[in-house]
Amino acid sequence: MVLNRERADAIRATAHQVREDVVRMVHAAKCGHPGGPLGMADFMATLFIEHMQLTPENLHTPERDRFVLGNGHTCAGYYALLAAQGIIPREELMNFRKMGSPLQGHPHRNATLGIDFSTGSLGNSLSGASGMALGARLNGWDTRVYSASSDGESQEGQIWEAATSAAHYGLSNLTVIVDFNNIQIDGEMRQVMNVRDLREKYEAFGWHAVDVDGHDVVAVDAALCAAKDETERPSAIIAHTHLGKGVSFMEDQPGWHGVAPNDEELEQALAELEALQP
Amino acid sequence: MPLAAPSTAPLHVGEPSKIATRQAYGEALLELGNTQDDVVVLDADLSGSTKTKAFGKAHPDRFFNLGVAEANMIGTAAGLACMGKVVFASSFAMFATGKAWEQIRQSVCVPDLNVKVCATHAGLTVGEDGKSHQMLEDITLMRVLPNMKVIVPADAVEAAQAIRVAYETPGPVYVRLSRASTPVVMGEDYKFELGKGAILRQGTDVCIAACGVEVAEALIAADLLAAEGIQAQVLNLASIDPLDEALVAQAAETCGAILTAEEHQTRGGLGDAVGQAVLRHKPVPVDMAGMDGQFGQSGTAEQLIAHYGLDGASLAKRAKALISRKA
Ligand SMILES: Cc1ncc(C[n+]2csc(CCOP(=O)(O)OP(=O)(O)O)c2C)c(N)n1
Repeated sequence: MVLNRERADAIRATAHQVREDVVRMVHAAKCGHPGGPLGMADFMATLFIEHMQLTPENLHTPERDRFVLGNGHTCAGYYALLAAQGIIPREELMNFRKMGSPLQGHPHRNATLGIDFSTGSLGNSLSGASGMALGARLNGWDTRVYSASSDGESQEGQIWEAATSAAHYGLSNLTVIVDFNNIQIDGEMRQVMNVRDLREKYEAFGWHAVDVDGHDVVAVDAALCAAKDETERPSAIIAHTHLGKGVSFMEDQPGWHGVAPNDEELEQALAELEALQP
Repeated sequence: MPLAAPSTAPLHVGEPSKIATRQAYGEALLELGNTQDDVVVLDADLSGSTKTKAFGKAHPDRFFNLGVAEANMIGTAAGLACMGKVVFASSFAMFATGKAWEQIRQSVCVPDLNVKVCATHAGLTVGEDGKSHQMLEDITLMRVLPNMKVIVPADAVEAAQAIRVAYETPGPVYVRLSRASTPVVMGEDYKFELGKGAILRQGTDVCIAACGVEVAEALIAADLLAAEGIQAQVLNLASIDPLDEALVAQAAETCGAILTAEEHQTRGGLGDAVGQAVLRHKPVPVDMAGMDGQFGQSGTAEQLIAHYGLDGASLAKRAKALISRKA
């Protein structure tokens, strides 16, 4: 079923909120990674609101869905979404990356904040998510496990070890969404180390895989629905995105992978986002 | 009033049978699996050698072979632990702790997950496979990690108990197991406890503190020394982390000198652990038998142990030299 107008608008509104939070959080921290989470906001909001439905009420339900953020450096957006879901207190967001805050510079597993896995070292995520999917199946739960990854993380060999084993064990309850923005720290991914066509690669590894426009919440929702219909294969959604989406001077600029905006840049970013308010 | 002498742990009586600790692991794991539904076992294409195969046969639904992909095996173990499983992951020590060290740190130790890395073919006694397979740095790599507990069983009796303790102890545990069949030294009624060392023999002239296969060699050394009128205390320090620091301090007090013995690099290994404890609590001369910054080579287990000065006779000689350094 196609996502109706009202729900699509609700997702867009949350994605917008996440973008504002991200630039504010990274600015307040004076360091961090704004570009990735701005690009991921639309598909992440679709996943969290429409599919995972993680709420304070079901947070401690063992059978609930799980999430692993493989590109852990993009966690500002993840925390902002958990705040939007009422799980992380909003006031905590501004303590991101600060001494004493549970909102570490990269995600650290925390049961009360709904952070299901520790990440930060690229490459480890899909193995952990596969283990969770396997564990859910052993427990007889219909839990779905979602993992976000990136084109950069796909350069790590362990991702392909996990892609092999997840297909081998038929983990149809596992879905990975890859933030494919052609950017990593040292520049354009295709120039640094081209991972080529990830849809074809995942297919060759025995996965159900699709390409989508990662900013089209209706298309992302449809891909997530299709993943749920899979009964034998894990699913990979290659989400094509623009790093820094919504802030013109950050868009597609490798320099904004991991730099905080200064006061002026924050003002401009917020003004631009304001103008885009859905 | 003088303190009562601490009692010695029960020793094996009669002709020592020889069993590999990996064999004891396989059997203990199977037994554990028969009663505990939450046990899940992972292997990386070495289940015949690591002895997890028996569990796999009995509980195919809770056994997963990850193929030759150790990093992914550890990550998968972490994910399973997140879902309430107690996961035993096995491969050779070289690959389990070497190739997958980063995954053990990031995915298991940082979030403090219930994963038990039970690695076999550790140390020199791997033998003929040579340098590439003789893992001599695993104790160092594991004991440096916060949250990780490190156990090096002396024999099959202790290995079986260590597996049970690993299951009952929350969080990450590393159990170091060996390939070669080695003598059973501990008595059937011995009880292994995490953080507790065992006195196997009383003595006041020198202490030999050992772990793993070196415990049997330390007992031989003590016999040789006794023939010369030297009374050596022998400690089994299977629990390397947490270490029984009180026992080490007491040994330093009683004997005035400690020789450590391990089939592992002394840098970061048992030698280092005991050295730190002695420095902290009761500085006395310490010597460390083990690999001193070199790799091994092909040979039989017995040849290698003798070549690198880790047999009973070499330990006895070294202990005597150490006694001459006592204040
Ligand atoms: C194993 C590992 N190596 C290196 C890094 C440093 N690092 C952090 S992000 C990053 C680039 C990742 O690329 P991608 O996720 O595509 O970046 P983005 O699209 O967010 O700019 C690197 C190399 C890391 N976190 N982990």
